Amino acid sequence: MNRRDFIKLTIKGTAAVMLVNGLDIIFQPPDVHARTSPRRFVFLVDIYKCIGCGFCVKACKLENEIPFDAGVSRTWVERYVVNGEGEVFADTPKEARYGFTTGRIDLGRGKFKDIPQEKTKKAFFVPKLCNQCEKPSCVQVCPVGATYQNADGVVLIDRKWCIGCGYCIMACPYGMRFFHPVHRVADKCNFCYHRINQGLRPACVQACPTGARLIGNIKDPGDPVEKIIRTQQVAVHKPEYGTNPQVYYVGLGEEVR
Amino acid sequence: MVLESLWTVKEFFVYPNEYIYWAIQIVMYPFMTGLVAGAFVLSSLYHLFGIKPLKEIARFALVFSFALLMVAPLPLLLHLAQPQRSLYVGLTPHFTSAIAAFGVVLFVYGSVVAAELWFLFRKHLVEVSIELKSKTNKSLAEKIKYMVHTILTLGAMDVSDASLKLDAKAIKVLAGVGVPIACFLHGYAGFIFGSVKANALWMTPLMPVIFIMSAIVSGVALCMLIYIIIMGMKKFIVSRKNDSAALSTLKEINSEEISTVQTSVKYLIFFMIFSISLELLDLVFRGYTAVKSWDILRNVIYGTDFINIFLLQYLMGNLVPFILLLLPGLKIRRLIPALLLVLFGVFMMRWNVVIGGQSFSLTFSGYMDYQLPIIPHGLETFKEGLGGALLIAVLPFILFWILNKIFPVLQTKGPD
Ligand code: SF4
Ligand code: SF4
Repeated sequence: MNRRDFIKLTIKGTAAVMLVNGLDIIFQPPDVHARTSPRRFVFLVDIYKCIGCGFCVKACKLENEIPFDAGVSRTWVERYVVNGEGEVFADTPKEARYGFTTGRIDLGRGKFKDIPQEKTKKAFFVPKLCNQCEKPSCVQVCPVGATYQNADGVVLIDRKWCIGCGYCIMACPYGMRFFHPVHRVADKCNFCYHRINQGLRPACVQACPTGARLIGNIKDPGDPVEKIIRTQQVAVHKPEYGTNPQVYYVGLGEEVR
Repeated sequence: MVLESLWTVKEFFVYPNEYIYWAIQIVMYPFMTGLVAGAFVLSSLYHLFGIKPLKEIARFALVFSFALLMVAPLPLLLHLAQPQRSLYVGLTPHFTSAIAAFGVVLFVYGSVVAAELWFLFRKHLVEVSIELKSKTNKSLAEKIKYMVHTILTLGAMDVSDASLKLDAKAIKVLAGVGVPIACFLHGYAGFIFGSVKANALWMTPLMPVIFIMSAIVSGVALCMLIYIIIMGMKKFIVSRKNDSAALSTLKEINSEEISTVQTSVKYLIFFMIFSISLELLDLVFRGYTAVKSWDILRNVIYGTDFINIFLLQYLMGNLVPFILLLLPGLKIRRLIPALLLVLFGVFMMRWNVVIGGQSFSLTFSGYMDYQLPIIPHGLETFKEGLGGALLIAVLPFILFWILNKIFPVLQTKGPD
């Protein structure tokens, strides 16, 4: 083989390898890379049990060092009030970190709405947190791979690698993500991965006085959360986006946004 | 509070973490890449299809496209919360993301434009280099000029007819290859938005095409505008001489300008019609199909953003200049405001896509209002404020002025 042939062969070989790799990266659906972990963390929220105390929000902020007054939070609680005409009002004043201290609905821009008790037909609270989607759109759009899904199904962010483009914030249909006010990188709930990885419960689950929040492993047939999800009527948020969310709700109504 | 709360005002039910995260710099980004693509397409109309009246404006448009191109990545850089990590995109590109290939696309396109520029100006570079070489006792400026020009010839000093013919061929090929790449560069910016499934306003497969059409409109308008200004300056210089020779040159310049401008206007109108039709198609389609998100989109389009969309973008930015351009007896004086309005219209279109797309909540029952930081309180509010936007807008002109020293398009008449 002379030099010319060698160079030609090298170029061809490199091109072939790059092509195959490139196609693999672009078209390989994530579930082909089968996860071998015996765990797939899921979350269960029982809307009937939530009393809107906001302890979970407070606990989360402390546990995960999200500045208290920053106007962003990894988890929050929403209040829904439906009146006689079927109008739905909803708010989450200060992420409900102090619970709901007034009966008036916060409309933003300093305005509030009073809905008299006798006009209220239905009212309930809905805690929200990252869905650790099976097909997370936030992971899909991250240009550097700083956001990724780990073997246990939890979507994590590498704070040292995030370039702060905000594409993932735009891509999450649930509004879960934000820029950390101190670190200035993308941030969101990760089911307290540092805790659950060691067999502890997430901070919010531990703080909830009514047991409205539960963590579980859907791959474990003996898990009580797995049992509820498999045997009862549960639902997820906005399934139409195709992200396959893994936070399940008991008592999720169509009013919930 | 988080930085974004400085320019976001929320109303009704909005998730706590929702703010206007993509602010003015992300408006500037598609606006600038649009100008890059548009200027290049204009120059290719001459180099590829040989539309003669566009000759002068084509040479100029190519150099300007290159100047714009160097500024195009800057808005993204200014937008990043961690700009010092921007190169990670090259280290660990994650190709399922529409942003990941931006650097590659930009680089490929930049190389094509640079190569075309080189072939176009090679003769000039060689001439300058030879002229300065023979000159004894050069001044420092001349020494630098000699060095720069000689290096830029890349040692290809042959300017025989045969080799110049080859150059012309290369220019044609590059202009041909460049058009799809330029469209890709900008259609790609459209894809970045159009593929965000969480955003009801952005998600449409039409987005890349809409972006490309309006890009060409803006690029043609800007090049025409600057061409008119340059011609005006030339006329001013000539008219000061005040003799019979000057008078005839003046006439020559005038007739050349008119024929160039008239041809360009035709293309401008053509692309404007295309771009407006696409945008209206999108609007009508959304209204007709009226899926779940239409309720909130309608409130945004016909309510909160009415002034931005219908008055500023469609009326001032499309209809008024359209009439000005179509009125019989085209005058340069009328053309200047028309072109300025066209540019403004395209800018507003970018604004209405980027900011408008974030002006409603994911809950579909709340709104966010964007208030552009005008007086900066620090680096962050400068970058994401009026100052940062103006910086991006001015930079291409400075770069163009520098580039013009090497690739002269303002002073002399150049090769075909
Ligand atoms: S809820 Fe949003 S942030 Fe969480 S995994 Fe799904 S897409 Fe990503
Ligand atoms: S903000 Fe960070 S995590 Fe999110 S897409 Fe950009 S680089 Fe990835």
